[in-house]
Amino acid sequence: MFDIDKWQEIISAISKNKLRTCLTGFSVFWGIFMLMILLGSGKGLQNGILSQFGHVTNSVTLWGGETTMECDGLGIGRDITFRREDLELLRHDIPQISEITARRNLWGTSITYGDEYANLTIDCIGTHMQTINQLKAIDGRLLNRLDETELRKVVIIGKRALERMNRFDNPVGRYINIEGVPFLVVGVFDAQNDRFSNRLCMPLDVAQRVFMPDTKVHNICFTVSTRTSEESDRIVKKATQILAAKYHFRPEDTRAMGSNNSQADYEQVQTTFAGLTMFIAIIGIFTVIAGIVGVSNIMIIVVKERTKEIGIRKALGATPASIVGLIIQESVVITSVAGYMGLLAGVAIIEAVGGALPADGFFRSPSVDFGTAVTAAVLIVVAGALAGYVPAKRAASVRPIEALRDE
Amino acid sequence: MIKVENIHKTYHMGSNSLHVLKGVDVDIKEGEMVSIMGSSGSGKSTLLNILGILDTYDSGSYHLDGMPIGPMSEAKAARYRNKYIGFVFQSFNLITFKNALENVALPLYYQNVSRRKRNRIAMEYLDRMGLADHAMHMPNEMSGGQKQRIAIARALIADPRIILADEPTGALDTKTSYEVMEILRDVNRSGKTVIIVTHEPDIAARTGRVIRVRDGQIDHNYDIHAEMAAMVGAEDGQQTHTLG
Repeated sequence: MFDIDKWQEIISAISKNKLRTCLTGFSVFWGIFMLMILLGSGKGLQNGILSQFGHVTNSVTLWGGETTMECDGLGIGRDITFRREDLELLRHDIPQISEITARRNLWGTSITYGDEYANLTIDCIGTHMQTINQLKAIDGRLLNRLDETELRKVVIIGKRALERMNRFDNPVGRYINIEGVPFLVVGVFDAQNDRFSNRLCMPLDVAQRVFMPDTKVHNICFTVSTRTSEESDRIVKKATQILAAKYHFRPEDTRAMGSNNSQADYEQVQTTFAGLTMFIAIIGIFTVIAGIVGVSNIMIIVVKERTKEIGIRKALGATPASIVGLIIQESVVITSVAGYMGLLAGVAIIEAVGGALPADGFFRSPSVDFGTAVTAAVLIVVAGALAGYVPAKRAASVRPIEALRDE
Repeated sequence: MIKVENIHKTYHMGSNSLHVLKGVDVDIKEGEMVSIMGSSGSGKSTLLNILGILDTYDSGSYHLDGMPIGPMSEAKAARYRNKYIGFVFQSFNLITFKNALENVALPLYYQNVSRRKRNRIAMEYLDRMGLADHAMHMPNEMSGGQKQRIAIARALIADPRIILADEPTGALDTKTSYEVMEILRDVNRSGKTVIIVTHEPDIAARTGRVIRVRDGQIDHNYDIHAEMAAMVGAEDGQQTHTLG
């Protein structure tokens, strides 16, 4: 029910008591504002940490190293390098592997286009690697199976790599020369991990035909169908045994073969986030409580200050309910307007900071979960109303004579 | 109009209790203009509060316009006050952040009269008080006499049967006091019952009847004219002394 008279009564009371309005409003404004900053910072930190984590969460990466233990009568210091054939071997022996692929890097490759020159790293990959590294096409397309089977000389360019290429706008459909061989640019991609978007990608099959005399690969990556890090750890162990047997190194020789289990990493990161979220929740709750306490204090003062006015109103025929309603409705109007302004100010600051910050680093694109923000604002408004209710009720029960008694 | 019989009222403050009204009988006819006098602590304010349904009583009976006024809910008391009684206070008790017009219109707000209508009526009452040109003034921009006239307009706007004035001239100089009393007499002539609480005999003398409260009871032997005569003598003496 919209009672225009009541609103006019409230608006006139608010506009004619500016100090009181400002004090009440400010405590709510500040509470919500600080909460926004807090939530935004937390999110920024979370985004920063997540971005360093650029794999799907069920992938395993293996890479060869140098032996530090004797094995099968062979000495230490041997290089271990895996080969394409190992993919089939692992897939055959480990049924839990859902997809397996490999990468070979061409470090510091010279690239020419027109009169320009760039020196960049090229990832020669199987198509599934794009999924594991979470590449997204932002122009054109990613690599596909047909590129592999038809051995097309195509390449996709990472967003940050493109930034490093002078005067190379609208690359899709243009040719670049890689070590003198022309390749068609079919897409531009972005990756969650900046390391990947700093590179170019081409199909491994093509690269091996064009540039490489052998089938060596730097990384073997596979995704697993398991759900827990314990299970995927067992798979890593089994893969290690298979490869150790083939390449004659000891499975316990951690320098001979490296592995990264993103499922285990992810669980660790999740634990960190859980701690961070808990921390933010605790501080957030206390911020909201501080706001509520502020509003309650001011409500008590407001009611005391208005005792005489309330007495007059009662003598003129105001019912206790109308007095309580007046005070609470007034406080709700003030707190919700101030809360909304705090929300806007907080979001504005977060947006400004987010825009000014570099897009990489451990703190990036802070943002606020709007639902949480609105919940907090509503909570403060409701709590303010409840906090106002007790003194308002007491004021409404004061006898007009006592309120009106001359000192 | 008002019939109070054998009313008792005791205030309890911690372990102390104060027997303020000890069997008060008051009978005020419709259209009368009555003053209630008494020294501070005599119980006159308590009596006024009971008459104004601002306070309750312990025993006895109170009939307002034939209706029994006994223990009732706050909401009901508020409705009765709004409908039957207009209050005028010593310190005016205007709402400081509302202008004259809004102050006068306030009782009608509690009768759910539309804003436009209540402002129109409030303007009429301000005009009757000769303050139409002060409608938009805030209370702190007006003199004591003007404020009290605003308060009287506010007391009248709901067209109550009774005007209860608690020391209406207490904060005013003599000239303004007499002007305010003249307005209250006009109000009385228009048919409203007017009850004035005062401790000033010259104000009381301007009403039709004086009820003297002494130690929580009505002093039936009180004669205002005798006291007035004594007062005038004393004041003359004082003046002579000052001049001398």
